[in-house]
Order: sequence, then C-alpha cells, then structure tokens
Amino acid sequence: MEKLTLDIGGTPILHEIDLSVSPGEILGVIGESGSGKSMTALSIMRLLPEGARLGGAIRLMGNDLAACGERQMCGIRGREIGMVFQEPMTALNPVKTIGDQVAETVLVHTRTGRREAMEIARRTLERVGLPADRFPLSRYPHELSGGQRQRVVIAMAIALRPKLLIADEPTTALDVTTQAQILKLLQGLVREDGMGMILITHDLAVVAGLADRIAIMRQGEIVESGPTLDVFETMRHPYTRSLFAASVHQPLRHRPPEPERQMDPILDVRDAVRIYPPRGRTLWHRPPAVRAVDGVSLAIRPGENVGLVGESGCGKSTLSRAILALEELQGGEIRLFGKTAGPHMPNALRAGIQVVFQDPFGSFNPRWTVARLVAEPFHLMQRKPVDAAARVIEALEEVGLKAEDAHKYIHEFSGGQRQRIAIARALITRPELIVLDEAVSALDVSIRAQILDLLADLSDRLGISYLFISHDLSVVRSITDRVMVMKAGKIVETGPTDDVFNNPQHPYTRELIAATPMLSTALSARRERSSDND
Amino acid sequence: MSMPAPHPTKARSLRRAVLGSRSLMLGSLITGVFVAMALISFVWTPHSYASLDIPNKLKGFSSDHWLGTDMFGRDVMSMIMVGARTSLAVALIAVGVGVLAGVPLGLFAAARRGSLADEIVMRANDLVFAFPALLIAILITAVFGPGAVNAIIAIGIFNIPVFARLSRGAALSIWQREFILAARVSGKGKARISVEHILPNILNTLIVQTTIQFSLGILAEAALAYVGLGAQPPTPSWGKMLADSQTLIALAPHVAIVPGLAIVLTVLGLNLMGDGLRDVFDPRLQRGRR
Amino acid sequence: MTRYIAGRLMTLVLTLIAASVIIFLVIEVIPGDPARFMLGMNAGEDAVSALRQQMGLDAPLYWRYVHWILGMAQGDFGISYTYKVPVADLVAQRLWVSVPLAVYALALSTLIAFPVGIMAAARRNSATDVSIMGMTQLGVAIPNFWFAMLLVLVFSITLRWFSAGGFPGWENGIFVGLKALTLPAIALALPQASILARVMRSALLDTLGEDYIRSARAKGLTQRQALWRHALRNAMIPVLTIIGLQFSFLLAGAIIIENVFFLPGLGRLVFQGITQRDLIVVKSVVMMLVFGVVLVTFVVDIAYAIVDPRLRRRSP
Repeated sequence: MEKLTLDIGGTPILHEIDLSVSPGEILGVIGESGSGKSMTALSIMRLLPEGARLGGAIRLMGNDLAACGERQMCGIRGREIGMVFQEPMTALNPVKTIGDQVAETVLVHTRTGRREAMEIARRTLERVGLPADRFPLSRYPHELSGGQRQRVVIAMAIALRPKLLIADEPTTALDVTTQAQILKLLQGLVREDGMGMILITHDLAVVAGLADRIAIMRQGEIVESGPTLDVFETMRHPYTRSLFAASVHQPLRHRPPEPERQMDPILDVRDAVRIYPPRGRTLWHRPPAVRAVDGVSLAIRPGENVGLVGESGCGKSTLSRAILALEELQGGEIRLFGKTAGPHMPNALRAGIQVVFQDPFGSFNPRWTVARLVAEPFHLMQRKPVDAAARVIEALEEVGLKAEDAHKYIHEFSGGQRQRIAIARALITRPELIVLDEAVSALDVSIRAQILDLLADLSDRLGISYLFISHDLSVVRSITDRVMVMKAGKIVETGPTDDVFNNPQHPYTRELIAATPMLSTALSARRERSSDND
Repeated sequence: MSMPAPHPTKARSLRRAVLGSRSLMLGSLITGVFVAMALISFVWTPHSYASLDIPNKLKGFSSDHWLGTDMFGRDVMSMIMVGARTSLAVALIAVGVGVLAGVPLGLFAAARRGSLADEIVMRANDLVFAFPALLIAILITAVFGPGAVNAIIAIGIFNIPVFARLSRGAALSIWQREFILAARVSGKGKARISVEHILPNILNTLIVQTTIQFSLGILAEAALAYVGLGAQPPTPSWGKMLADSQTLIALAPHVAIVPGLAIVLTVLGLNLMGDGLRDVFDPRLQRGRR
Repeated sequence: MTRYIAGRLMTLVLTLIAASVIIFLVIEVIPGDPARFMLGMNAGEDAVSALRQQMGLDAPLYWRYVHWILGMAQGDFGISYTYKVPVADLVAQRLWVSVPLAVYALALSTLIAFPVGIMAAARRNSATDVSIMGMTQLGVAIPNFWFAMLLVLVFSITLRWFSAGGFPGWENGIFVGLKALTLPAIALALPQASILARVMRSALLDTLGEDYIRSARAKGLTQRQALWRHALRNAMIPVLTIIGLQFSFLLAGAIIIENVFFLPGLGRLVFQGITQRDLIVVKSVVMMLVFGVVLVTFVVDIAYAIVDPRLRRRSP
C-alpha cells in the first residue's frame, strides 16, 4: 500500500484533513468527542450519513476513493479496507451465527463456495484467538462476552487480509484487561499482515503505547501530527499541550492530616452479602443465584476519600446501591454514622449520604428545571428549609454555575455542566459522604480534569468524604487516599492508594495495573526502544 | 455537543414543530370538523334527524337535503351530524376507560417489576387479549342485550390491557434511568416516583396511543352498530346507517357511501394527528432541533 | 428449545382455562336462570324445567363447568336449543367457511404487505414510499364492512364478476368455493395489509439503523444486500407480533364480513344465537374463537424462537 492522503473540505464537520498511513504502520487519531474523528473514518469507508457531501481526495494505492461509485466502494469495503467499531455488543447481527457473519465477508467478495468460506472463517477466528473447539462457528453473538464479540468483529474485518484496517474506539466499551488483549491482537495482526491501521481513540495512553505516528484532531481539524514520540516531546500546538496536561492531571489536594484510626467511621460495612435471585427461573429449572457482593467489609472515616476499583460485573455498582440503601442485603450489615442502614432507614439518615452517577444525560428528569432537580433531596428533610431557593443558588455557585441557571432545563447544558449540577444536587443536603459512581467516566479528558479539581476542592473545603467508584485506575489514583480492588464480589486488596499502585500485592491488582495504559510508562518504554534502535 | 447553542424556549420550538408537521395540521383540521359537527348537532341540524318523510325517500344531494335522504326520507346530513355525536362519545368514553384503568395498572406493575402483582396484572392482560373486542361485545349483548353502553364497556375493556401494557413497557425503561435512582436516594417512594418522574416522561407515548385507540374505537363502534350490537334506534349511528342502506346500495349508492366516508375521514384525521404528534414528540427529532 | 415450547404450551393451557371460566360465568351465572332467560318471561313452567333438565342446571356450578369442559374435550358441545341438533355439528359445518376465509385473508394480507412494506423501506422518502404510505394511511382508516359493501357495488352489481353473497359449498369444487370467498377475503385483507405494510416498513427502517447493518456495509455488502440478508430477519420479530394479533382481528372481522356476504360461517351462527337467545350456541362459538386466537398466539411464539436464537435457550 502506498501513501493514503485524505483531504476533505466543503463540509462544516471536517476541514481539510490530511492523513497518510503506510503498510505495517499504525496511525493514531486522537480527539475529544465532537472532534470529527469518527466522521473521518466513515468518510474513508464512504459510509457517511445521508446528505453528507465529501470533498477532496482519498487515495488508496493511487485509487481515489472519493471519486469511486457506490458499486466500486462495495468491492473495496471489507476487501481492501476493514473496519472495527466501538460497540461490540450491537455490531453483530443477533440472529446469525458468528461463522456465517465472518464467512459473509469472503462470500461477498470472492467466488469461493460456502464450504471454503466457512473454512476461511474458521481459520480467521482462530487467528483472532477464538479456537474452534471452544468457539464453534455455530455460536450466536449473544453467547459471547464483549471482548469475544470484538474479536469476531475483527475477524470479519480481516478475513480477506485488507490493506487498511480502521479501528474506531475499538476498546472503549471493554474492560482494561480485555482492552490490553484486544490492542495486542490488533498490533500483532498489523505486523503479520503488513496492514496499515488507523486507530481512532480519545485515550492518549492507548495511542502512546501503540501508534507509530499520531494525529491530534479538534473541531474537524488536525492541529498536530507526526511520529508519536516527536509529537509528545515537542507538543507544538497549545491544544496538544492542554490535552496532555489533562490526561496526566493530578488535582491539587490539601490532604487532611492522616485520619486518626480511632475516629468512628461514618460508613462501616461488615461482611455485606448481596445475592440476586436467579433469572430465567421456571417450574423445571432453577439456575444458581448470583452472589454479586460476597462478604465485603470496608470503613470510611470522616474526611477520607476511598476508591473502589474493579472491572464491569465485579459487583462494585451493586455494593454502591446497597450502601445508598436502595437494596436489601442478604447478609452482613451496613452502618451509617453509627446507625444501621437499609432501605427502610429514616430520611434524616439518608440525608447524610448522597450520590453522583455516571451518565450526565440520564441522571436528570428532562422535564424539570434545574432548581427543582437540585432541590429534590430536600424531600429528605422533615420540612423544606425556608431558605430553600437560596440554598439551591448557593449549591449551584459552589460548583461553578450561575444563579440564573436554576431556571433552565437540563438539555441546555453540556455533559460537564450536567455533572456539576449532579454534584450540586448531592451537596444540597450538606451530606458527609458522597458516593461517586463512575462520576467522571463519561467525560472528555479536559472536562474530567476540571470536575476532578472541583471535587478535590469541595472535599478540602467542606470536609466531605468520597467513595469513589471507577473502573479507571488513573482517575482513582489521582483523588483518593485509600483504594480497594474488587473482583467477583470480593475485595481482594486494600491499602493506601500509593502503596497499592506502587507495590501491588494481589496478582489481580498487578494484572489490572499492568493492563491499564499509562501515558508516562508508555512514553518512557517508547523512548527506550528508540534509543535501542539508534 | 459540548457547546450549548443559543436556543428558543421550549414552548416556541414546540409550536414551530406543530406548525411544521403537515399531518398534524391536516389531522387536527379533519378531526376538528367532525367534533364541531357533533357539537353543533346539539343545538341545530338542517332537519330533525328522526322525522320521517316517506314521499321524499332516497333523494340525491340537493339544497334542501345537502346529503340526500335515506329510505324513510330522513335527512342524511342531520343523521351524520348526530351520528358523529354517538361515534365520538362512545369511542371517547371507551378510550377514557382504557386510560383511566390501564395506565395506573401499568405504572403499578412497572413499579413492582417481577413481583407477583406484576405477574397477575400482565397475565390478566394476556387473558383479555384472547378476546377481541367483538367477542367481548357478543358475550355482553348475549346476556344484557345490545346498546351503546354495552358497546362502550366492550371497547373499554379491550382498551385496558392496551394501555396497561404500553405504560408498563414505557415506564420500565424510565425506571432504568439514573434520575430514578437519584430520586430514590432522595428518599422518594415508588408511588411518588411514578407520579412525579415516570408519568410525565411517558405522557407523549400515551398521547400518541390515545389518538390511535380513539380511531380504533370509532371503527369498533361502527362495526358493532353495523351488526346490531351498538347504539339502538332511534339513536342514529354511522354503522347502523350503513347496515340500513346495504340492501339499497344498488338503488341509492350515496346513502351507503356518505356514512362510510364519514367514518373513513374521522379515522384518517385521528391517525394523521397521531402520526404528527409522534413526529413532534420524537426525541430523535428534538435532539436535532436543539 | 423444548423448555421454551413447554413453557408456552403451559401458558396456552392456563389461558384457555381462565378464558373458559370467564365465558362460563358470563353465560351461565350472570343471567341467573339461563333456562328462563333463553325461553323468555312468557314461557310455561314445564318448558323451562324441561330445558333446565336438558342443560343440567340442577347440578352444582363447578360440576356444570367440569361437565362442559369434559364434553368439549370429547367433541360434545351440547344440543342447540333452537336448531335441536348437536352444536358440534353446527360449528363443524361453519368452521369450513370461517377458517378458510380467515386463512385466505391472512395469506392475501401477507402477500400484499411484505413486498409493499419492503419496497417502501428500501426506497425511503422516494415518491414510491410517499405514495405507498398515503395509500396505507387510507387503508387503515377504511372499515372492512364498508369496503365490502363497495366491493359488492363495483364487482357484483356493476361488473357482475362475482356473486353478491352466499356460499355454494365446497362440494362444487374448490375454485367455486374460493371464488365465493374472494370478495370477503379482499375486504378483510386490505385494511390489515395496510397495517402490516406500515409495520414492516418501520420495523425495517429501525433495523436498518442498527450497528450490525453498518458492520455488514463495512464488509462490502450493498444497501440492498444488507437489507435482505441482515435487516429482514430481525425485522420479522415485530412483524410476527402483528401477524399474530391480526389473525384474531381477522377472526373477529370475519364475523362481521360474513354478515355482509350472507356466508354461513361462525359469525352468522353466533348472531342467530344471540337473537334467539340460544346461549348454548353462543357459549360454544365464543369458546371456539378464543381457542383459535390463543392457538395462533402460541404458533407466533414458536415462530419467534425460530427467528431469534436468543429465545431458544432462555425460558420465557
């Protein structure tokens, strides 16, 4: 494959993008949401939404794709260019077997028979790490996990060994350990087949470890591009610098003096067990119950910020719901401020613990004004405080919003602003403990840095404790004093944050830390490699 | 996405959407005409709908009888106007029964998802679905005799599971949203959350379905009246007019065509309204307008 | 899969039991004394007690119910009061009209709706799509019995292609029978076809927006291939639901259409039963119709599992 240049103009989405990929090379395209990076990928595939107009030229080995007709493009997609998407859960047709779906790539483009195509499908699935004895071709997508499905999607894309592979946020929806495996797989395939790959992501650390060259996009423009190490070392463009700074951001914290051990914990969980009744029970069949939280104990003392990390399905959200007294425990006990907590606890006790959720779009009733939304926890008080309106405004100003925002509706705010409103809502009852359930996970890095600063500041000034739940180790590391690692319903390791990260004891913790892409480690490894080559 | 653009207020953008939807405008216009006819018929009709005038039977359209006369010489226009009253009233009350009983049932079942109460509500719904509205009407009339009230009961019973199921499904998806968790953290109970958070957010879906069920109700009322299970003479009803004119269709087609057209237009108007409302409420379109 | 079918079968049986109890209560309990109700107020005491004897009304309630169910299971529906013949014979005769009519109409409706719906979805927002949508909007609004009257006016009275009603019976050949059912079937099918075509179109458009369609396109499938190979089967799930619901509408609709065309089907039978207060006939026919509806729901549930592999493993 020769140089591919992409040049799109005329649409307000993308402005004169120039990119090129050589065979065997990985190009990382980085940008925050709305930067146009996914549109760039769809332009190359010519799968743009209706009404999009493309200008400029896209050359694949001298052929101008931008000038190709739809019929020609159908011959190129899947054969010359393969594509991997972000969401593996929905990228596969639920009613067809994985074998059929991989073989289809072959059948569409070549004159091979069905039997032969299935043979190619089997070999390709083995290449992506789905051996035939455990994953026969007759499996359906719903029988596979997210990581396995993503492997099937990759198999569909590379079945005919295309010249170019486009991966659009291929690991964003996956857990870190799965992410590490998938990235390694992609890297191996690129090297073996001599493909070019465009890796689109929002995560600088992923790109730093993997890409040979990177391009940084903002608002439909490429602000900077070049060999990975060069870009990170020189950082010519201010946006690159700010993106880098946000990614390694450490919120400034005036740590309170080491909390005294003898102070009574505000939250004390002892041997908590949460069992879900089996699903899909019938008269004849009773699947085993799920022990989502299995004998967990933890304590949070006043002013302490505690992190809880773990991959999806490890039970951390279930635990948080139990702590918020939304669900009953099947064993053990939760004590809040020394009193037993549970779904029937008095409202006065509830007022001491509040929550911020992950989704800035789903956590507000779209039909309420901000004032009403923020004031909702007043329901916990015996009677609404007389200065309720003033306290709403105070809370809004506390999180960096304005008094007049109280009369707006939630759709008028951006994701970061919504998360600020969620924090204001959590602050309104002046609680001592706030549960932050993946509270910054859905945000772009620069917004995330701002919210982390705000949280650190509030904790310092108001003396609030956080239970910070996240799958993202780097975020937890930056804001907590103590951290707990959870796996399959149990806490496998706990200790002061720095100790756990610098000297992990449990093998699972080590695996997690090794799998988490770290910008600094990736860059230093790269530096070593390049100096070795010299 | 991250930059909130300056935008008009909610009411203004809604008004623009309503005016922009041609189906909604046309549908409301047609429906409005028939509602107006039904209302006017209380105070004025061209002739008395019940007065017989045998010598002038089966007359065509004229300035005296705008839509002609039927086999007893009754004025068709007057009968259509009063018939609109019957049709709309029966359908409206029946749908009202469905909404008032079905929506609370659905909200209740959704709030207690997976519980025995939920199971019972849903199984009862399935059971009613085994009886098409006409079968319910047959059962009722076999024992109580025909009449408009029985038609209302039959159509109403059939509407209950429709609304129960719809509101349960819509409510379940709202219950999954994080703002419900936030409300629960604020100490609110299930009943309060259902009223404050769930109901306002499923209202759009319910309004659209109501217009659709309303039009189905008009069709059902006409069918029941046609087979003699609906409103009884002398109350005029479009379905009954069709039944009476059937044997004369070769002689005076207009007597059979006019009431049919009245049904078609009303149902069409309501369906267009439903389609238009769905477009106006569609969250995908709203996001585009933001 | 077996477990899935067993579960659905269980639901079928339970629904039938519950439905039969309701029918039994409405017909035999609400009127108070069904025998007196059927004969009217002026009937002599002897006649009433004779009928009471015949209906077994002296037995306790639960026994009458069990007797009725056991009888039906053995094909004994009781003796019609007005016709003085076994109801089973009456129903059997009428079934030969009503069931072919409903199936004929369903076949027509599906045959029309599928291509039309697919065409509209494949050419979304084209002139074809807009005119198809306009036609179906009208089709949905037309009451089938009025449409039937218009068909009679055009094809029987004006063009004289079909007879305006009546049924010659299947003995005179299958085509003669089918011809007599054609106008009624069209009258039933067209409004249903309009609904089905709209559902087909919107289900297809929904699936065409799914991620796996984008995956298929990225493999190199054309828009058309993606529609036929990937979207259609997924779109069948909502379409099947509507087909199932439609069958019950067709059965109910057939009752009315039979009256337009004077067809000797279950519909005519049940209306005669109502006017003559023959509760024995009404009870049996309603039960038959409910049985038909529930059976179709069951078949649709099985069809779901064939279309969607996710249902095969899980129990309902």
